Amino acid sequence: MTWQRQHLLDIESLTAEEILAVLDTAKAFKAVGERAIKKVPALRGRTVVNLFVEPSTRTRISFELSEQRLSADIINFTAEASSLKKGETLKDTAKNLEALNADFIVIRHSAAGAPHFLARVLNAHVINAGDGAHEHPTQALLDTFTIRERKGRIEGLNVTILGDILYSRVARSDVWALTKLGARVTLCGPSTLVPKTFEQMGCRVTYDVEEAIRDADIINLLRIQHERQRKTMFPSINEYVSLFGLNKARLAKTKPDALIMHPGPVNRGVEIDSEIADSNRSLILEQVTNGIAVRMAVLFLVNGGKGPQEIAAG
Amino acid sequence: MNALLLTGGRVVDPANRLDARADLLILDGKIAAVGEAAAGRAPAEAERLDVSGKVVCPGLIDLHVHLREPGQTPKETLATGTAAAARGGFTSVVCMPNTTPTIDNAGTVALIHERAAQHSAVNVFVAGAITKGIAGEELASIGSLKRAGVVAITDDGHCVQNNELMRRALEYAKMFDLPVMDHCQDYSLVTTGVMHEGYWSTALGLQGWPAAGEEMIVARNILLAELTGAHVHCQHLSAAGSVALIREARKRGVRVSGEACPHHFTLTDAAVAGSEEFWKRDGKQLYPGQELLPAWPAYDTNLKMNPPLRSARDREAILEGLVDGTIEILCSDHAPHCDFEKEVEFDYAPFGITGLETELALSLMQLHHAKRLSLSDLVAKYTVAPARLLRLAKGTLSVGADADVTVFDPNREWVFTREATASKSFNSPFYGWPLKGKAVATIVGGRIAWVEQMEALAV
Repeated sequence: MTWQRQHLLDIESLTAEEILAVLDTAKAFKAVGERAIKKVPALRGRTVVNLFVEPSTRTRISFELSEQRLSADIINFTAEASSLKKGETLKDTAKNLEALNADFIVIRHSAAGAPHFLARVLNAHVINAGDGAHEHPTQALLDTFTIRERKGRIEGLNVTILGDILYSRVARSDVWALTKLGARVTLCGPSTLVPKTFEQMGCRVTYDVEEAIRDADIINLLRIQHERQRKTMFPSINEYVSLFGLNKARLAKTKPDALIMHPGPVNRGVEIDSEIADSNRSLILEQVTNGIAVRMAVLFLVNGGKGPQEIAAG
Repeated sequence: MNALLLTGGRVVDPANRLDARADLLILDGKIAAVGEAAAGRAPAEAERLDVSGKVVCPGLIDLHVHLREPGQTPKETLATGTAAAARGGFTSVVCMPNTTPTIDNAGTVALIHERAAQHSAVNVFVAGAITKGIAGEELASIGSLKRAGVVAITDDGHCVQNNELMRRALEYAKMFDLPVMDHCQDYSLVTTGVMHEGYWSTALGLQGWPAAGEEMIVARNILLAELTGAHVHCQHLSAAGSVALIREARKRGVRVSGEACPHHFTLTDAAVAGSEEFWKRDGKQLYPGQELLPAWPAYDTNLKMNPPLRSARDREAILEGLVDGTIEILCSDHAPHCDFEKEVEFDYAPFGITGLETELALSLMQLHHAKRLSLSDLVAKYTVAPARLLRLAKGTLSVGADADVTVFDPNREWVFTREATASKSFNSPFYGWPLKGKAVATIVGGRIAWVEQMEALAV
C-alpha cells in the first residue's frame, strides 16, 4: 500500500501515488454512501476531535458526517466556545485534548502551519482542514476526485482557477494536486491577488480572463473573500464582476464540455452568474457529495487502513 | 597590582594595523605593552595564559542586543545576557531600549547602569529611545538621556514612521553628537508580514514582508541625513536594495552607515520551509560534501525575526556589502524569548532569535573561512568600527587603553547545545550546527570574565 503517513498536513509533500491512493479509496467509500446503510465500522472506538479555531460550516459538517459514517466518536471544539480565547496556547489546548485520548485532531486554523505545529507536539493523527492561506488538502482531493470522476482522467487536462488566489488555501492545494497528476493549471484574477510568483509552483498566471478560460476543461472559481481583502486589493466588487466574473457571454466562448467548479460558499452574481451556478455544467453540489467520500478515505488511510479492496470486502 | 600576560598569540588589532605574533601585557586594567616589551615588563606574580595558536584581539563589541531588563526578565536578565556575551567573546554590549518600561528617560538608564554594575559580566552600554515610549509620536527627552549616559538612540523593534519627527530627532541628537540608529521598516508597506515576501511566503501561505519595506526607510534615512547633516545608522540590514542605497550614498559622502547580523548572511527564507528545502537549495554551499546536516521542521518559529530572512540574492548582497566596506559593523540583534512564547503558531510567535553565543563563529565561517574577508577586517567590524560609531574609547589594544581583550580560536570546531547555553533563552536556529571558530577567553578591564578550560590555559 502506498499510504504510510500518520497525518494529512498538505498536498505539497504528497506523491502522485499517494494522491491516487486517496482517490481510489474515496471511490470505494462513495459506493458505500450510495447504499441504504451508509455506515462502516472502520473507526469504531476511535475518537476524533474537530478543532475549529477558525469558523467553518461546510468543511466542519462534511468532516463530522464522514466521521459518523466511519463510526468514530466525535468531539466538536470551536474557538468561540474554547479556552483559546482566554489565552491558552494552541499547544496546551491540543495537549489537553490528547490527554482525553483523542486519536485524531482535525484542525481548521487561520494561521498557516498550525497543523504542522500540532503534528510536531502531539502523538495524535493530525488532519489539516484548512490553515490560513496555506493549504486545504481535503478540498483539493475532493476537487481532483470530482474532476477525475467526470473527465475520466486528470493528466493532460487544462484547469483554470479564477479569483482570489493570493489568500486562497484551496488554490495552493489544487495547484499542487493537479500539477502532480499531470494537469496544466492556469491561474487568473486581478494582478494584486494573483502575483506572478505562483508560476514557481509549476502553473501559469494570466490576467486575461477570456484567454484563461478559452481552452479550459475545468474552470474552478474561487470566492472573492471581500471580508478579508483590504481595500487596497481591487477597487470594487462591481469592477471585479465586470473584469473577471464568469457570465454567460464569457461561458459561451469556452469549450462546450468545460465544467464549472466552486469550493463554496458561492457569491452569486460576483464570481459566477447565478444561472451558471445552477446549470448542468456546474459540479458544485457533486463536490459537496464527494467531500464526504474523500474525507472518509483520508481518515481511513491515516488510521492505517489498507485501501479500497478492504472497504469493498467489508 | 593586577597583572596578566597573554603569551604566544596572534595579535590582531585593526585600530593599530597590527596582525602579528606577540605577547600582550595587562596591568591594572589597562593594556601595558604589546610585543617584545611585554614579557620583560611583566611582574613576577603576573598571571600567565599561553594563547599560542589563538587570536588575541580588542574585546568584541556587539552594539545591538536585547537584555530585556527591566521588565522582561523571564526572557533574559543583565546577568544572563552578559554571561552569554562573555561566553561569545564580547566584552561590551549595547542594550536596546524596548524594555518595560522603555528606556526613554534618565531614571531607567540609571537603573540599568546600577544593576549592570552589580550583575553584569561585561560592559553594558545603553541605547535610549528616540520617541517617548517608542510610540513614534513625540521626541523622548534625548538631552536627559544623553546626560544619563546613553551612547545612541533608537526605537529599535519599532521604526519612526513620521518623517518630520525623524528629521527633528536627527537635528536634535546632532546637537549632542549622539548617534541615531534606526530599525528600518515602513509599516504601511509591511503591514502584518511575518516572513520575506517571495516564493516561500507564497508557498507557505504566510503574509509577506517585502524587501522594499526596509529599502524605503533606508532611502528615507539617507535623504534625511543629507537634509540635516546628521549621521544615521541603519540597523540589521537584510535586503540587497538597502546595501545598494547605502553604498551609493556613502560614495556621495552622505553620513550613513549600516550593520549586518549573521543570520541574514547565513540563512535564507527557504529555511522557513524546513531544513530539507534549505539544504537542497540555498544552504548547499555552507557545508560542501557534508552528509549529516542539522534538521528542523517547516514553520519553525526560531526562523522568525524582524527583518526576516531574505532571498539568496539578498544574502549575497549583504556579504558583498560587508566585503566592500559598505557595511562596517557586525552584530547579533540578540533577541531572547521564552520557549512558551515561541512554541505557538508562526503568525503569533514573537520576532527574534538569540545570537551572542554563535555570532562570532558564524561570522568567521561566512567571512573568514569562506575567504571573503581577512581576519583583521572581520575583527574591525566587531571592534574599532562600532567603537568609532558610538564614540567609545574601546575597540583597540593601544597601550593605555582599557584592557578589554578577546581570545578566540578561529579554527575550533564545535556544536552549540542547549546545555552549554549561558543565555536564559533558547530561541536559536543554530543548535546542532557544526560551527567553526570560538571564543576561549573574554577579558574585561583586565579581569577574566569568562575562560574556557581554565586549567588548559594556565601555564
